[in-house]
Amino acid sequence: MTDVKAPRAAASPAAQPTRVPPWRNPWRRPYVLAGITWAYVVWSLVPVLVAVQFSFNDGRSRSVWQGFSTQWYCCADGSVGEDSSLLRALENSLILAGATVLIATPLGVMLAMGLTRWRSRASRVSNGIALVPLVTPEIVLGSALYLVIVNLYQFVPLGRPAMLLGHVTLSVSYVLVVVRSRLQSIGPDFEEAARDLGASPLRAIRTILLPMLMPSIFASAMLVFATSLDDFVVSQFLFGDASNATVPVRLYNAVRNAPTPALNALATLLLVASFLALVLAYVGLRTRRRGTKSALAELTDFG
Amino acid sequence: MADRTLDHDRAARRLWPALALPGTFWLIALFLVPFYAVMAVAFSGYINVFGEPIPAWNPLSWKFDTFTQVLSASVTGEYRAVWIRTGTYTVAALAICVAVGYPVAYYTARLAGKRRGLVLALILAPWWINYITRMLAWVNLLQDDGYVNKTLGIFGVAPISWLSGNAFTVVLALAYGYLPFFIIPLFASLDRIDQRLLEASRDLGVGMVRTFLHVTLPLSKIGLVTAMVITALPLTGDYYTNAIVSGSPNTTMVGNQVELFLLQGPQKNLGAGLVLLLSLVLMFFMAYYLVLTQRASRETR
Repeated sequence: MTDVKAPRAAASPAAQPTRVPPWRNPWRRPYVLAGITWAYVVWSLVPVLVAVQFSFNDGRSRSVWQGFSTQWYCCADGSVGEDSSLLRALENSLILAGATVLIATPLGVMLAMGLTRWRSRASRVSNGIALVPLVTPEIVLGSALYLVIVNLYQFVPLGRPAMLLGHVTLSVSYVLVVVRSRLQSIGPDFEEAARDLGASPLRAIRTILLPMLMPSIFASAMLVFATSLDDFVVSQFLFGDASNATVPVRLYNAVRNAPTPALNALATLLLVASFLALVLAYVGLRTRRRGTKSALAELTDFG
Repeated sequence: MADRTLDHDRAARRLWPALALPGTFWLIALFLVPFYAVMAVAFSGYINVFGEPIPAWNPLSWKFDTFTQVLSASVTGEYRAVWIRTGTYTVAALAICVAVGYPVAYYTARLAGKRRGLVLALILAPWWINYITRMLAWVNLLQDDGYVNKTLGIFGVAPISWLSGNAFTVVLALAYGYLPFFIIPLFASLDRIDQRLLEASRDLGVGMVRTFLHVTLPLSKIGLVTAMVITALPLTGDYYTNAIVSGSPNTTMVGNQVELFLLQGPQKNLGAGLVLLLSLVLMFFMAYYLVLTQRASRETR
């Protein structure tokens, strides 16, 4: 009873029948692939962390560390707090992204519902048109919108209105794709049941379909927000004059002439804004999600 | 009962098209018409007092002189080098994407085990960081007195001037910029491969290399091509990466030429002509991608 040990698994190499070379052994741990992956993660994220670090630099250099200070956020000459054009760029970016979400999400959800449930030749054509923006290079979309607004839709002024139209066009197809895949997996049975029980078509959509679609609507709204915040090309073609510049446009125009760490501070603030949105989306999806999909999967699902 | 169903059908017939209408109208007015405007400007035969082209809205009055000029300059003339450079940079950056992105996507999808969520979150993180910010980060690092040159200095390498027309920097920056967009679609496709197929191959005594070549690679071929197309489309039209990390005429790509003509000068017809040409070149890839996704969505239905 006292000294009974379980027989240990054979651990000595001699116990193995034959020695398997490492490249033949399928149970070997994937050190090389893990190494490449972690090296990639470091490569992709560390430069951004260094850029954030330099936003706290105690000096004008963006390449030599001179000590910690928050002067580029507030109160030095040309800091984000003092330079109204930098603050204005942040304001432009956030307002534009918010407005784009408010327009593109309902537009895309309606389009998804209509195109999924309405089967006809016209819907197939419309479906084809709706997918093309996803694969159109931004420079083509940006220059086309610029040329049409300058030459034909002259009642739309360059600046916030033009950028809003551009960002909605850019992002409405994302909503379509995300919401449609959810609609297809739900199937038409639930709303038909509601109709059979006497609900009007609109009521069936409002009380049955929309709640079931909520996770994908939420995910696509966040995707639209991120797309709008991230967009550079369409904004660059449509922003008009400097007071309407968004953060990416402002960063781009300043990076080659007279850059200070205030630019890094501005970029950091935008970063914080988009990560707050991401956390909000994650929490929202967690509490609202139904079914088995994880919140992360929902956000990556359109690939 | 039959009446009710009929009633359902009639209401639904009107409801679904009505829901699709605003979005369809939006895309016609702000996607198809703008593209027509590009043609109207590219094929305009007249200029106004500022030297800017007057768009020819009527296809019957289209003049093809400017477009022919752009075309011949692209094939034999001054833009030839620009097109060749654009193609070379795209291919080189894509090669880096495949070499780095495939192992990363494979590890994350199949081998990361309990760290999978963490790795996926870290790989997705760049999606939420502004592209220009990510480029700005490299401008900080690659300054003459920046961290990269300092690190190289430890090994006795003389400081390299990275940011003034260095093609190597441009290709690396492009690969850095677009890798996140390459990895995710590939990850999704590798993730869908049935684990049992790989186990079957393993149980039959096939080594890892041959399992990869004969099972994994063929099964992920469509995912790989999709990821490459999705990355190649914006990469070919990129101009900002180039402008930020180089800004030199030695590394000009087609996108830079378009931006120059459309936003910084009166010769918008030349710019529109180049956009049209770029669209024609990329049309093949766009069509291929659309056919592929349509087929995939039909299969899942």
